Amino acid sequence: MRVNVTVNGEAMTADDVWEGESLLYALRERLGLPGAKNACEQGECGSCTVYLDGVPVCACLVAVGQAEGRSVITVEGLADGDNLDQVQRAFVECGAVQCGFCTPGLIVQAHSLIASSSGVPEDAEIREALAGNLCRCTGYEKILDAVRLAAARKAAS
Amino acid sequence: MDFLRPTTWAEALAVKAERPEATPIQGGTDVMVEINLDKGRPAALLDLNPIAELRDWTSEDGWLRIGAGVSYTRLIDELGGWLPGLSQASRTVGSPQIRNRGTVAGNLGAASPAGDSHPPLLASDAIVEAESVRGVRMIRIGDFYTGVKRNALEPDELIRAVRVPYAGGPQYFSKIGTRNAMVIAVCSFAIALHPGRRAVGTGIGSAAPTPRRAPEAEEFLAGELDWAGRSPVPPETVRRFGELVAQAASPIDDVRGTRDYRVHALAVMARRTLGWAWTEYRGT
Ligand SMILES: Cc1cc2nc3c(=O)[nH]c(=O)nc-3n(C[C@H](O)[C@H](O)[C@H](O)COP(=O)(O)OP(=O)(O)OC[C@H]3O[C@@H](n4cnc5c(N)ncnc54)[C@H](O)[C@@H]3O)c2cc1C
Ligand code: FES
Ligand code: FES
Repeated sequence: MRVNVTVNGEAMTADDVWEGESLLYALRERLGLPGAKNACEQGECGSCTVYLDGVPVCACLVAVGQAEGRSVITVEGLADGDNLDQVQRAFVECGAVQCGFCTPGLIVQAHSLIASSSGVPEDAEIREALAGNLCRCTGYEKILDAVRLAAARKAAS
Repeated sequence: MDFLRPTTWAEALAVKAERPEATPIQGGTDVMVEINLDKGRPAALLDLNPIAELRDWTSEDGWLRIGAGVSYTRLIDELGGWLPGLSQASRTVGSPQIRNRGTVAGNLGAASPAGDSHPPLLASDAIVEAESVRGVRMIRIGDFYTGVKRNALEPDELIRAVRVPYAGGPQYFSKIGTRNAMVIAVCSFAIALHPGRRAVGTGIGSAAPTPRRAPEAEEFLAGELDWAGRSPVPPETVRRFGELVAQAASPIDDVRGTRDYRVHALAVMARRTLGWAWTEYRGT
């Protein structure tokens, strides 16, 4: 089947899509957007997190046909050209990226947390917001630093 | 595989009547796991996302009618004040991403004994509004779960909404798992006090082939509580309530926990949630 979806502001069409295919597969294998990562395909790791109509979801659990006519934003859509989004910048500065596999999903999820917070969220709130994103490398401390930094900069700006 | 995309509820019912073998998909958090892990390929997927009216909830005569497309996140944010038990249980589901997509209707469709919405729905006497081209059926929650991952829906029926009465008293939910996020319950328990009719509601999860109530425990406790005087519940009553709740379960040993552990944990959760509920009641 054919699926029409707006990805990072651009109208895209995928053809010959298998009906049981996930949005994640279509993004990576058909639309040339390998940012969202495929690790578990069962909603456990969060590495595939993307915005669907402004709400962060696991792209591996959205049937691609369910994205028909809707808007998706992936990690590729956050930067403005070479100019990184402030969450991305904070991850780099804080050393929150090691192998980087979890990073795209964490960035999108952290982006959504920060967008909906007015100040710097409490640690408990950050942990809860990131509970569905697994990282096997960093031990999470630097990730928490990055989220606090990005939130503080947003609050100050 | 076919991908069916009705855009109205009437059309969805017509499609389901014509293609009863089609698997409805709402949040996809159960359905897509099965497909991704190749545990079974549905003949067709019936996408309910385009049907806008399923995302509405309404409130009437002390009841909330929660459309099948209302996510856990929205239920917690928008209805938490009216439905504290269901909202507490919803907060324990998966992760934020899962709660952004997953729904109570999907939990009912899957009818897993470990589904977290079931105990609070049982404790508050919810009603499942099922519909087909033949008409609407109001299924009492106690009649809805028919076996392990089986429910009372007919092949041509879809869940339109879940109807839950406003909490008339304290409601609490407790769940045991190995970590705070992303766990399937080892076992779970919900309590609801209904002071208006001096009744107690309970729901047990993950400790029997289906979610179930503990009717003897409910009756016993309703008769013992000092509803008017609000005096503390005697320790002996608390203990007996826990015992009766545990007796109502018929758990098994499995990868998540043993039978004995579940029996023990249920009694603990029953005593604890009763403590929280009664403390809240005394303070109101
Ligand atoms: C990582 C992860 C963690 C999870 N953690 C939990 C947890 O902690 N607690 C818990 O209870 N569950 C958990 N789940 C399971 C799942 O998220 C829930 O069961 C959720 O409620 C399913 O809702 P959904 O809308 O995504 O359902 P779907 O996947 O869309 O559907 C589930 C079932 O219901 C049927 N269905 C859906 N809508 C309707 C309808 N309107 N009418 C008739 N049938 C319908 C479908 O055909 C299917 O059989 C988890 C899942 C994942 C992937
Ligand atoms: S790949 Fe989607 S959550 Fe792991
Ligand atoms: S940096 Fe390697 S998994 Fe997170």
